[in-house]
Amino acid sequence: MASLRDIKTRITSTQKTKQITKAMQMVSASKLNKAELNAKSFVPYSEKLQEVVASIANSGEEAEHPMLKAREVKKTAYFVITSDRGLAGAYNSSILRAVYRTIQEKHQSEDEYTVIVAGRVGRDFFKKRGIPVTKEITGLPDQPNFADIKDLTAETVQLYIDEEIDELIVYFNHYISAISQEVTAKQLLPLTNLDEGANKSSSMYEYEPNQEEILNVLLPQYAESLIYGALLDSKASEHASRMTAMQSATDNASDLIDDLSLQYNRARQAAITQEITEIVGGVAALE
Amino acid sequence: MKTLIVSVVTPDGPVLEDNFEMVSCKAENGELGILPGHIPLVAPLTISAVRLKGNNDTKPIAVNGGFLEVRPDKVTILAQSAESPSDIDVERARRAKERAEKRLKAKQDDVDFRRAEYALKRAINRLDVAENR
Repeated sequence: MASLRDIKTRITSTQKTKQITKAMQMVSASKLNKAELNAKSFVPYSEKLQEVVASIANSGEEAEHPMLKAREVKKTAYFVITSDRGLAGAYNSSILRAVYRTIQEKHQSEDEYTVIVAGRVGRDFFKKRGIPVTKEITGLPDQPNFADIKDLTAETVQLYIDEEIDELIVYFNHYISAISQEVTAKQLLPLTNLDEGANKSSSMYEYEPNQEEILNVLLPQYAESLIYGALLDSKASEHASRMTAMQSATDNASDLIDDLSLQYNRARQAAITQEITEIVGGVAALE
Repeated sequence: MKTLIVSVVTPDGPVLEDNFEMVSCKAENGELGILPGHIPLVAPLTISAVRLKGNNDTKPIAVNGGFLEVRPDKVTILAQSAESPSDIDVERARRAKERAEKRLKAKQDDVDFRRAEYALKRAINRLDVAENR
């Protein structure tokens, strides 16, 4: 049985860990609030953009653009969004597992796919396994601006335009609620499901200078905004998942402290009882 | 005087929504002036200042990477960034301008060149808007 002092040390160290996890939980909770707000303020932009894109794309037969048309897939790009730091429960591992499995199942050789990754955890994961990483971004702030990721999104969309990749699939944790997030794979390019939201806008537009020119400007912007939307979504998930992880760590620490306290008290009582027995024994021997 | 609702939206949230009498802006192929009752129109904007006129006052907004959607009673400007003069960080814009100029002088490959050019345009646009407030 552990000595009194050993137990005492363990209790103190567990208490300290608990303090830290508790603090991290509260920090994540406040970050989650902000991330939710960010995601909300992005909604008007994306909705409006989608509405305009859909109304142009559906207005006539001649609306043709390489980004709208599926071509034969020779190379698939996976855009994977992970976090920079760990301690977020299954946030990173579940998404990386999903991507890794898909890659193993769908592709035979390394020429058929490439990975674009956001976040240090994901980057290290793919580098370690020798999976080609075309582009990466790390050190994104907790509340990213569009400006923070603009270069990456623009370059990614450019890859598609230059026909270096023929398909772009984004993998991210979709935020459902504070306790539940879901790994989501979404095909971004080519843009196919534009019909949603088309019925809302009944007005027909004049185009200045013409449809084609506008699609040239609009579609890359639209694709970039989708990537940004996924990033905001997954940031919210990251904070939520870290919050939940830290919550359960705090709970576990509390349980452990309870158990250890019980052990400690038992050990102390045993020591006292033994002392009394010894004294009583000593007195009895004298009489 | 008739007015139209102008709303400016960026990925980081709405910037402004208010009534104005006229919107004048620079589209890809020339200046555009929008008055209330305009037919529905979509046009991409250059990196430039959008001027919103109303109440005998003109409000400039620096936009970049945006386009304009016009309905008879409403104008929506969707841009990757949009700032009114008071929101512009002049120091930062000035630094960005210097950086871009330096890069343009160094003359690297095409991609970097184009990017530097855009960065320079954005910085100059911001400075212009900030100074003319």
